[in-house]
Amino acid sequence: MCAICGCDGEAKPSVLDLQTGRRTAIELPAHEHVHADGTRHSHPPEHQHGHPHDHDHDHNLDHGHDHAHQHGTTVALEARILAKNDALAQQNRGWFLGREILALNLVSAPGAGKTTLLERTIRDLRDELPLYVLEGDQATANDGERIRAAGAAVVQINTGTGCHLDATMVARGLAELKPPPGSVVLIENIGNLVCPALFDLGERAKVAIFSVTEGEDKPLKYPHMFRAADLVIFNKIDLLPHLDFDLARAEANARAVNSEIALLRVSARTGEGLDSWYEWLRREWAAAREATFA
Amino acid sequence: MHELALTCAIVESAEDAASGRRVIRVTLEIGRLSGVMTEAIRFCFDEVARGTGVEGAVLDIREPDGRARCRGCGAEFATPDLYTACRCGGLDLERLQGLELTINSIELAEAA
Repeated sequence: MCAICGCDGEAKPSVLDLQTGRRTAIELPAHEHVHADGTRHSHPPEHQHGHPHDHDHDHNLDHGHDHAHQHGTTVALEARILAKNDALAQQNRGWFLGREILALNLVSAPGAGKTTLLERTIRDLRDELPLYVLEGDQATANDGERIRAAGAAVVQINTGTGCHLDATMVARGLAELKPPPGSVVLIENIGNLVCPALFDLGERAKVAIFSVTEGEDKPLKYPHMFRAADLVIFNKIDLLPHLDFDLARAEANARAVNSEIALLRVSARTGEGLDSWYEWLRREWAAAREATFA
Repeated sequence: MHELALTCAIVESAEDAASGRRVIRVTLEIGRLSGVMTEAIRFCFDEVARGTGVEGAVLDIREPDGRARCRGCGAEFATPDLYTACRCGGLDLERLQGLELTINSIELAEAA
């Protein structure tokens, strides 16, 4: 997967361990192949091979990559464009599964209250659930600092100018965070309702946070995110008396793009409705711990 | 901007499958309900392909329209978006077409 999406030389993706203060660039060494026919080509760091691949053999058109069936000079691939990210996401998923870790991908528009919800959740549940956080932002460790202050171990992933987390970045973040077996890993994605919808990270579920200060028609305007999500948390419901927001209509819109979606109403500020979120979290945590050999 | 990351993945897959040969055409299927702008893919493609074995390749993009089947009444119909309900009111739909994000094939230059 191209980990340096949209990035210029000034803003490389990196992970920052807020426990140790160590920052590591998300980069892979460039590597070069020389084929038997003398062709030499190199891959820039972001060009990773997602499959085991032997380069020492003769390259002719009949050799057996199981994903390519060749007819004359046209090579039929019929592969998903995101196949490599999906494969890496499956690796992450297996990593979580084997460790009975519940991993959630938290998505929303900027300012919907993802970090505030996480802070509150950590303060309320830190003695009950082993909570670990991967915090995604284009730049700054501000949100990571807030999570750490709330009492959870956190690694900040900065994407540079990238607009979403991908499975590679999450794998790097996990290598730094080292969440123990049986823990809960909350992955706070970049505030963006478009791009993160397409990129599987290996999570068990996507949780969309939807502030009632947004428009009721957001699920219709950004259907891919609501289609991909398993749960929508309507946040800031303490503000409803001051707004014209029609919560029932927003919920109907979310169901219109995703008839299976679960819906909760909370205020991370006043605590109203948070019990329903905690109950959902406990249930998913228990399910993740039973999923391994199911 | 996810189109840039997708274009990186397209070029990377094409280059891998070409095993060192030059790619002269890349054929994609990007459904009209996939959430991906083909204009943005085209815009990124030449730049991303520069310096790779895919540089200068023609980009062919097929854009299937949306179609769905209602799990309630079984009706099959065109879906211009992801929230249009079936005429029976059903919202539980099987998406038949329109969500494709596929690299179908590449065409290689004849070996020199």
